[in-house]
Amino acid sequence: MSAGFFVFAPGFWDNEAVHVALAVGTAVAIVAGVVGVFTVIRGQSFAGESLADIGTTGGSAAGLVGVGPLAGFVAVDVLAAAAMELVGVQRVRGRDLATGVVLGAALGLAALFLYLGTTQGNGNGSTVTILFGSIFAISGSTIPAVVALAALAVATIAVLYRPLLLATISPEMAAARGIPVRLVGALYLLALALATALAAITIGTILSTALLIGPAATALRLTRRPLRAMLAAVALGIGAVWVGIVLAYDSYHWPPHEHGWPVSFFVVALVFLSYLASGAVDWRRERAA
Amino acid sequence: MFESFMVNAWEVSGIVAVVAGAVGFFTVLRGSAFAAHAIPNGSFAGAAGAGLVGVSTLLGLGVAAFVGALGIGLLGRRGRHDAVTALMLVMMLATGALFVSLGDQYEPEVYALLFGEVLGISDNQLVPTLVLGLVCIAAISALYRPLMLSSTLPEVGEARGIGTFAIELAFLGVLALATAMTVPVVGTLLIFSLMIGAPAAARSLTDRPGVAMALSAAIALAVVWAAIALSYETDWPVGFFVGTGSAVAFVAARLWRAGWERFARRRGAGRPGPEGLGSVA
Repeated sequence: MSAGFFVFAPGFWDNEAVHVALAVGTAVAIVAGVVGVFTVIRGQSFAGESLADIGTTGGSAAGLVGVGPLAGFVAVDVLAAAAMELVGVQRVRGRDLATGVVLGAALGLAALFLYLGTTQGNGNGSTVTILFGSIFAISGSTIPAVVALAALAVATIAVLYRPLLLATISPEMAAARGIPVRLVGALYLLALALATALAAITIGTILSTALLIGPAATALRLTRRPLRAMLAAVALGIGAVWVGIVLAYDSYHWPPHEHGWPVSFFVVALVFLSYLASGAVDWRRERAA
Repeated sequence: MFESFMVNAWEVSGIVAVVAGAVGFFTVLRGSAFAAHAIPNGSFAGAAGAGLVGVSTLLGLGVAAFVGALGIGLLGRRGRHDAVTALMLVMMLATGALFVSLGDQYEPEVYALLFGEVLGISDNQLVPTLVLGLVCIAAISALYRPLMLSSTLPEVGEARGIGTFAIELAFLGVLALATAMTVPVVGTLLIFSLMIGAPAAARSLTDRPGVAMALSAAIALAVVWAAIALSYETDWPVGFFVGTGSAVAFVAARLWRAGWERFARRRGAGRPGPEGLGSVA
C-alpha cells in the first residue's frame, strides 16, 4: 500500500458526495472566517452560539413542514437575529440574559418539533442529523443556494468593513463621525445569521459555532490586523473542513464499526487543536515583548 | 399522574429544580449565562461516553462537567473568555457526537440526553440526586458571602483576599455539580433555560439577594412541576414546557415590574422602584 492510499482512500476523488461536501465546506469556511473575525472582536460569541442553537428550531420545523433544512436555518436565524437586535444585543449590560431567555424558549420549541417529527415518522428532521450535521448527506442541488447566501454575507461584510470596524472598536467615535452604529450592527447581525445557517448545514446546528468562532479566534491570536486575521481565519477554516472530510472518508475503514466517524467531530477537533496550538505562538510573542 | 412510577419523577425533579434555581441566582448575578449554557452542553460528551464504555451516566456527566468547567476556567484566564467558552463547548459536544456514533446509540437515547426525559428516572437515581443536591446547596451556602462580594464588587473582594480566579473556579465547580444532577431530568440543552429564566424572573421581583435566591428556587420548582404535569397530560416532551415555561416566567416578571414601577411613579410618592441589585450587576 502506498502512502497515497492512506491519505486518500480509494474512490475519494470520484465520489459525488465528497465533491458536494468539499464545495459546500469551502464556501461555508470562507463566510465563517470573514464574519467570525468580527464576532470575536465584538465579543458576541454567545450571540453566535445562540443563533446556531436556535437554528435547531428552524431545522426541525423544516422537517415537519417538508422543506429543506437550509431554508429552515436561514429563516429562523434571520428572525432570531432581528429579535436579538430588538431586545438589545448591542448593549453589553443584560444582553446575555436576553439572549439566554430567547435561546431557552427556542430550544424548548426545537424539542417539541423534533418530538413531533419522530412521532409523525417522516424521518426528515432527525435529531442527530440536525444537531450534529452530516456534510456527506447534502444534496448537490443546494450548492447554488449555499453559494448565493455565502456571497450575500461576504458582500455585506465587505461593504460594511470600515464603518463596522470603527463601530466595533469605538462606538462613540463612529457615532461622532456620523456612522449609523445601530444600523451597521443590525446588518452585521444579519450576516452573522447567514453565516450561522450555512455552518449549521455543514457541521450541524450546535456545532456550527466551531467554524464561526474557532478559526477567527485562532487567527486573532496570530495577527492583530483584522484583514489579515480574516484571510488567516478563512485559510484555517478551509483547512479544517478539507482535512476533516478526508479523515472522515478514511475512517470508514477504522474500528470499531465499518461505518465511519462523524465528519463534524474531525472538523471541530481540528479547529480546537489549532486554537490550542496558536496559544503557544501567542505566549512566545508575549514573552518576547 | 401520581402513580407510583411518577413519584420518583416528582421527587427527583423537585430537588433538581430547587438546586438549579439557587445556583442559577449566582449565574445571573455573575453574568455567566454562557458558562451555564456551555457546561451542561459539554457534559453531553460524558453521558454519551458513559454509554459507550458502560459506566453510570451520572459519573460520566460529572466527570465531563468538571473537565468542561476546568477547561473554561483555565483557558479563559488567557485569551478571550467567551471565545474559549464557545470552543470548549463545541469540542465537547463533538466528542459526544463521536461517542454516539461509535456506540451506535439509538436516536431516542440521544434525544433524551439533549432534551431530558423525566419518565426515565429510575429508583436508584433518587439517592445520588439528593446527595448531590445537598452538596450543591452546602457549597452555595459556604460560598455565599465571598461569592456575593466577588460577583458584585470584585475589587473589594480582591482587597479582602478573595481571589477572583479562585472564586470563579469554585463557582464553575458548583455549576458542574449542579449540571451532573440536572441533566438526566431536563437534558443538556435545557437546564440553562431553568438556570437563567427563573433567577432572572426572581430578580425582577425583588432586590434582596436572599429573597431573590429563594424565589428563584420556587419559580424553578413551579416551572418544572408544571412542565411534568403538562407533559404527562399531553405526551409532549418535558423540555418543551421547561424551555417555554422559563421564558414565560421571565417575561411575566418583567411585565409585573414594569407595571409596578409605573404605578409607583404615578402615585408620585418618593418610594423608588426595586433598584438596588439591578443597578449593581
